[in-house]
Amino acid sequence: MSTSPSRHPNAAAAEEQPLSTEVLLCVHDAMLRARCLEERLIRMNKQGDGFFWVGGPGEEALNASLGLLVHKGQGPEHDYLHLHYRSTATLVAMGADPMDTLRQMKSVATDPYSAGRNFCNHYSLHRWNVAPVSSPIEVQFSMAPGTALANKRAGGRGITIVQGGDAGTAEGDFSTCLLWCSRPGHELPCLMIVTNNRWGISTLSTDQLAPKHIVDRAKPFGIKTALIDGNDPEVSYRELKKAMDYVRTERRPLLLEAMVSRLYGHSSASGANFVPDEPDCLVLFENKLEERRILTRQAMDALRGKYTQELLDASKRVRDEPQPKGEDIWKHVFAERDGASKPDPKGSG
Amino acid sequence: MATVVQAIRLALHVGEERLGVTDVFGQDVGPPLGGVFTQSQGLKTAWNTPLDERGIIGTAIGLALAGQRPVAEIQFCDYAFNMIDLLKLAGGVSWSSAGDWSCPMVLMTPVGSGIRGSIYHSHSFDAQATRIPGWKIVMPSNPLDAYGLMLSAIADPNPVMFLAPKALLRAKAGRNERIPGEPEDDRTLSKMIDAPLGDRSKWRPDWPDVQDFFIPFGKARVCREGRDVTVVTYGRMVVVAAQAAELVAAAGVDVEVIDLRSLSPYDWDAIKASVRKTRRVLYLNEDTEVTNFGEHLLRRTVEELFYELYAPPRLLAGAHVPGIGLADSLERASVPQVDQVVAVLRELAAHQP
Repeated sequence: MSTSPSRHPNAAAAEEQPLSTEVLLCVHDAMLRARCLEERLIRMNKQGDGFFWVGGPGEEALNASLGLLVHKGQGPEHDYLHLHYRSTATLVAMGADPMDTLRQMKSVATDPYSAGRNFCNHYSLHRWNVAPVSSPIEVQFSMAPGTALANKRAGGRGITIVQGGDAGTAEGDFSTCLLWCSRPGHELPCLMIVTNNRWGISTLSTDQLAPKHIVDRAKPFGIKTALIDGNDPEVSYRELKKAMDYVRTERRPLLLEAMVSRLYGHSSASGANFVPDEPDCLVLFENKLEERRILTRQAMDALRGKYTQELLDASKRVRDEPQPKGEDIWKHVFAERDGASKPDPKGSG
Repeated sequence: MATVVQAIRLALHVGEERLGVTDVFGQDVGPPLGGVFTQSQGLKTAWNTPLDERGIIGTAIGLALAGQRPVAEIQFCDYAFNMIDLLKLAGGVSWSSAGDWSCPMVLMTPVGSGIRGSIYHSHSFDAQATRIPGWKIVMPSNPLDAYGLMLSAIADPNPVMFLAPKALLRAKAGRNERIPGEPEDDRTLSKMIDAPLGDRSKWRPDWPDVQDFFIPFGKARVCREGRDVTVVTYGRMVVVAAQAAELVAAAGVDVEVIDLRSLSPYDWDAIKASVRKTRRVLYLNEDTEVTNFGEHLLRRTVEELFYELYAPPRLLAGAHVPGIGLADSLERASVPQVDQVVAVLRELAAHQP
């Protein structure tokens, strides 16, 4: 990476407190399942089983950790998530069924996130407070203060988490979020995450963004910051937990910048081919797990083979599911029930 | 009798007390000012925001997603153009999530010309607004409708745009248009709910016990019955149409004036019934004429009622120029005036098939 997180004053030292083996295994499992899912999605797209792929290979260390740490559920007592289209591992770690992601890829009527209306990895899950992911970059940063205000009013430990990339911070919505979450006397419990992969499609952010680090932009607002190596799941888990604990208890915002990789380019529009010259968080983590004798190479390969096969089988089943009907376009233009104030009785934490 | 702006304030108060409104917010909306038009004076949930329209609408969406009941204000609709994508997003919350989420919020914003507001305090927004699916859009022309439409807007589970014709904000109710429960005398009402000039820090409103009065969306109001020509309009142009109708009545032309009140959904049945009766129709509004909401209604009229018409249907709307110029002559040349409406009504009435 061009930026060395260790040079930043807030940079996290990986060697602080070791995570338990149980946590390491959970993080690894979620990262691996998310990676296998992304690889299946890319293949589906290349085989014509889906119009477009965009996703988050290279962000798994951070996003899986986030998903495991979220206070999951519906309503302002729980965490609200305003994610971006690279947040696959977050949903996987939260327990979302990968089959549902395949359904969205195949645009079938059974896609629970958009009923065949949106691109893959554009999640929306009311029962877990996952706000609809939309393709316009950074708009989620303008919405986050609203849910954070509701979190604050609810008086519990629920917080708002909003995530976007480095390129998106050029939008005014990023400034909006900094501004609205730090109004003097009205600070909001909002964790802002920027996953910095150094790219906006084909444009290097170092050519466009003058601040040395994106977190530096939070300083005039008095917002606490963290700059971390998002390719290291141990650092990511620990620093995210620390950041979330701070936002939960202090009820104030925090901006966390995580340096990550973009392992298959921007999207299928740029080919979705593996980029060999960026660090691969999964490979690096598996090497560590092997060195520390937490998992054997054989066990990890077997697990990868199992998930790959399961997803291949699932993708075949998805092909047989019905496409939405043309007349379905008229459904849900307007809300028939009051979804926001009357929680779905089926919804659960 | 309440003015339009007092009616809006009373409705927001009822919203806070009985309909769960949690936030009335925007730039200068909270104390001490209570809105540049006084629309939010004395409201207990009113608060001031940064001068950031994207933040205002974005925060409203977030609040709505989290089960709050926000009423957000953009001080003039002229300043809503930098958040069109967020309006599109709010309108798409239900649809894009296949009904999983809804976005119950109200966006109120003053619209239109008539106060000599120059280039950036005179825009209309109905043409833009009606191009954004997923929103309900209302535009009152009198205090009672402002009150009833605002209560319905607050209660609706969808995003609702409340377009307030700024030139009518001080207009008073006509007879028999009293808000249920408002004081008989307008001075009494003013003393109860209008903030005093000067130091307001200790002032509290004394709210009258106004009653619920919901006006359903998609129901037009026939504000003048007639048999010769129909005018379909809304907002400030309702008043202009009524004046024009009186002027041509002297010449024996009997005009029916329909106030749509709600643009999404709109009352096609009411339009159809009136046009079938008069067989002559004028669509009237003050937004710019190219890709205008009236054009949509006109297209539908041609497609569905062509053989029932006695005259080509007409649209009278604003000039397609970038803004409303400040000089009186410029503003008058930019938006429909009574004499122009009179001329079109006469032409329509005289036209023989």
